[in-house]
Amino acid sequence: MVFSPAPLALMLVSLLAGAMVMVAAGFALRILRHWDLASGSELQVRLERQTYLVSTLLVICFAGQLLALILFVMTAESMSGQFTGAMCATGVLNVNGFGWPVLFAKIAVFFASAAWLILNHVDSQAPDYPLIRAKYLVLLCLVPLVLLETVLLFLYFLGLDPDIITSCCGSLFSASGKGVAGELSAVSPRISLAVLILSAVCLPPAAMFSLRSRTGAFLYSLLAVTCLVVGLVSMVSLVALYIYEHPHHHCPFCILKSGYHYIGYVLYFLLFSATSLGIGPGILAPWRNVSSLGKIIARTGRRLALASLILYSLFYGLVAVIIYCSHLTMTGVWW
Amino acid sequence: MNRFFRRQRYLVDHTLSSLRRHPGRNLALLIVYTLLIFLLASVLLFAGSLKREAALLLRNSPEIILQRQVAGRHSLIPAAYLQSIGRLRGVRKKQGRLWGYFYDPVVRANYTIMVPARDRPAPGSVVIGAGLARERRLGRGEYFTLRSAAGKVFSFQVRDILNPESELVSSDLVLVAEEDFRAFFAIGPEWYTDISLQVANPREVVKVAEKLTELLPDTRPILREEILRTYDAVFSWRQSVVLVLLVGSVLAFLIFAWDRAAGLSGEEKQEIGILKAVGWETGDILRMKFLEGGIVSLVAFLAGYLLAYLHVFYSPVMLFAPVLKGWAILYPAFRPVPALDGLQVATLFFFTVFPYTLATIIPIWRVAIMDPDMVMR
Amino acid sequence: MIELHQVNRIFNQGRPNEFQGLYDIDLDIPRGTITCLQGPSGSGKTTLLSLVGCLARPTSGRITLDGDLLSDLPERFLAQVRRSTFGFVFQRFNLIRGLTVLENILLPAYPLAPEYRALRTRGQELLARFRLEDRERLAVEHLSGGEAQRVAICRALINDPEVLIADEPTANLDSTLSRELMAIVRQLKEEGRTLVMASHDPIVCKDAAIDHLVTMRDGRIISRGGPHGRP
Repeated sequence: MVFSPAPLALMLVSLLAGAMVMVAAGFALRILRHWDLASGSELQVRLERQTYLVSTLLVICFAGQLLALILFVMTAESMSGQFTGAMCATGVLNVNGFGWPVLFAKIAVFFASAAWLILNHVDSQAPDYPLIRAKYLVLLCLVPLVLLETVLLFLYFLGLDPDIITSCCGSLFSASGKGVAGELSAVSPRISLAVLILSAVCLPPAAMFSLRSRTGAFLYSLLAVTCLVVGLVSMVSLVALYIYEHPHHHCPFCILKSGYHYIGYVLYFLLFSATSLGIGPGILAPWRNVSSLGKIIARTGRRLALASLILYSLFYGLVAVIIYCSHLTMTGVWW
Repeated sequence: MNRFFRRQRYLVDHTLSSLRRHPGRNLALLIVYTLLIFLLASVLLFAGSLKREAALLLRNSPEIILQRQVAGRHSLIPAAYLQSIGRLRGVRKKQGRLWGYFYDPVVRANYTIMVPARDRPAPGSVVIGAGLARERRLGRGEYFTLRSAAGKVFSFQVRDILNPESELVSSDLVLVAEEDFRAFFAIGPEWYTDISLQVANPREVVKVAEKLTELLPDTRPILREEILRTYDAVFSWRQSVVLVLLVGSVLAFLIFAWDRAAGLSGEEKQEIGILKAVGWETGDILRMKFLEGGIVSLVAFLAGYLLAYLHVFYSPVMLFAPVLKGWAILYPAFRPVPALDGLQVATLFFFTVFPYTLATIIPIWRVAIMDPDMVMR
Repeated sequence: MIELHQVNRIFNQGRPNEFQGLYDIDLDIPRGTITCLQGPSGSGKTTLLSLVGCLARPTSGRITLDGDLLSDLPERFLAQVRRSTFGFVFQRFNLIRGLTVLENILLPAYPLAPEYRALRTRGQELLARFRLEDRERLAVEHLSGGEAQRVAICRALINDPEVLIADEPTANLDSTLSRELMAIVRQLKEEGRTLVMASHDPIVCKDAAIDHLVTMRDGRIISRGGPHGRP
């Protein structure tokens, strides 16, 4: 095992989050069984008071999970010097079979946390707890994911062996490489750029449409998820090349290094936060017609759509600046 | 949106006024919190600076050091191996090195005696490290006497003393001329201590090391990256041991924080009841209390981190130095270079502020759900 | 305006120390009137006031405000109704020590988050109305009893509530100040506000401005009528 402060902190946060989610799950079951707003009984009063506690616990837990994703990536990056063959976070994640599953689990928890926080935010604005059952039902579905993430994280860190020689980004993210990483790297930069521009162009009308109807809201959220996928693919197949100014360096993690001014953190932050806000309108859409939520959802949906649009614009703008200012010129090769 | 910001502003105003009105309750907590962060941050900052120093110092060292092994122990390497290596593809330069250890019973310390690659002292003179000079009270021009294993006394004139800024690695160093080294240790011209190789392309280092092992089976190549990894791992391990030992302090602090959050005076409880009675919701009280905790955390974090920064980088005494640096007679007067690391700050946040926030949730909630009609009784 | 129908309040329900504070209360409080609850200690006056003022929910029964059901609202909603519709004057004033007079007065308005200048002006106008303008920056612990009571009234009025709830408002005042308080009460009634008070002070109960006098004992209403015995 690698015994160092950042992994210890991550394991602590994950353990605490797992524990809090379990406590909240127990409460969620009681809510789903006994909640009756019309009743003035002591049980109902107790449940109403306990929702404050559980909501607060979960807000802190999920906010911690959002930050923990960033810390995990920073930690993997910083540990690259401790493993033979690792030159960036890619190599560190390759050390054992749990590295990439942890990362994907953390990303899934990131978006699930964002979705729950949006539901909770809207529910807390209406006086009659209209989303309480839905919220805790969603929580029960999240519990296995959060616990899985905790288990994978422990298996990963406890199984890190500094004697293992790992393969790094050059072999993994190569156009001739096998697997998903290889296929992402093999995507033509021309196609990647075209799809990126298309996704950027679709966003503003989709955002306008999301304000008008439930279908529009779903479509916008679907587009947000699509933009995430397109964004990640283009990071590997296009953007990274211009940042490194090298036509064959596809690594999505080397851009996190100080040598590239930590530009990777900015790009991923913009993309992930834009998407986490963009899925909001779709998540809230099923309850647009609930009387106590109509105005609240309309207002919140508007703000989420606008905020995500701004963040996406910054992301696409930054990508454009990177490509424009890069010394890599592939005119006659790619264009 | 404006209403949202105004509401937050009013909340912040009232929270700050509440903190001002009950200074005693929060002062003790603030002091303990600051102290805890100071301790943890000191450990993180110092270990981080050691790792950085090691990386910087090793930056210019050779990519590969080839050592001969006899019965699993390091032994002298024949000079003829330099010819055997020949013109190995990827090796830019190869050189035999002469260095060894000497135990000085006078100060009960080990010296590293070495023939430098450049600026070799003239025969009969030495350049010594600042720590050694301090211990043996030697200045330039004075004589430094050593007794060899054969019982012969060698006397060297101190030509120069190494820069104190490099003391972390040079504290115990003695630089001598090649002739003096060979004479003192009775090592003939056909031997070296080890061979250093510079490899131009870092990606070829492992391959070159493989070839050397095949060519010269009784040798062991030590890669610079391996040394860096070892230092990194050792300092991380030591740092983590100290942090784990401080877990007890963290737990004690959390219990204290819980107690503080739960132990409101009658006046404070009355105040919460009044706020609820005049129209503040439970959510408003929760937000106010968390804001209070947030302000305390922020002040403690900044103060603790700043004090740790000053303590590690600018004060003459470093509490955890012996544990983190290691045991040695000649403690180098190491002055760490100030630097901030985002990962360290984030780690510290998750070790302190996050558990503190969690520890105070339940007491704060109990306070916030107080019945508003209690103020009428 | 406010109607209570078969309202019961049980404390610590299901526990060994279970206690019923109110029994089958039926009460109508018309708009623009002053209702006074009188009775000995422990008769349930304060409990009834806390239910009327949305500080607590009844265990059973209905409470409506202009036809809207209040009794089954969750605490979050009750708090919103409480701060926009009701103002409270407590027996022991319950001003927050360490805060100035103006800061105390503005407290109920914070969750509504009005624009600060307008809020501050309103607070100062209230202070001027009750002859407290030179006390604006004074810490409340330095106020006399009468001043503290008037500050409590200003605080109760900051959100311009329709209903004022006052629990034993003259308990800590001498007879002169008590009469001054009743003069203020009459002014508030003339403004169209509804007042509900609990008191066993004859200066309050026998005041001509009282429209309904409700006598309570052991958690029940035993009689209701005007202050001088009129129905």
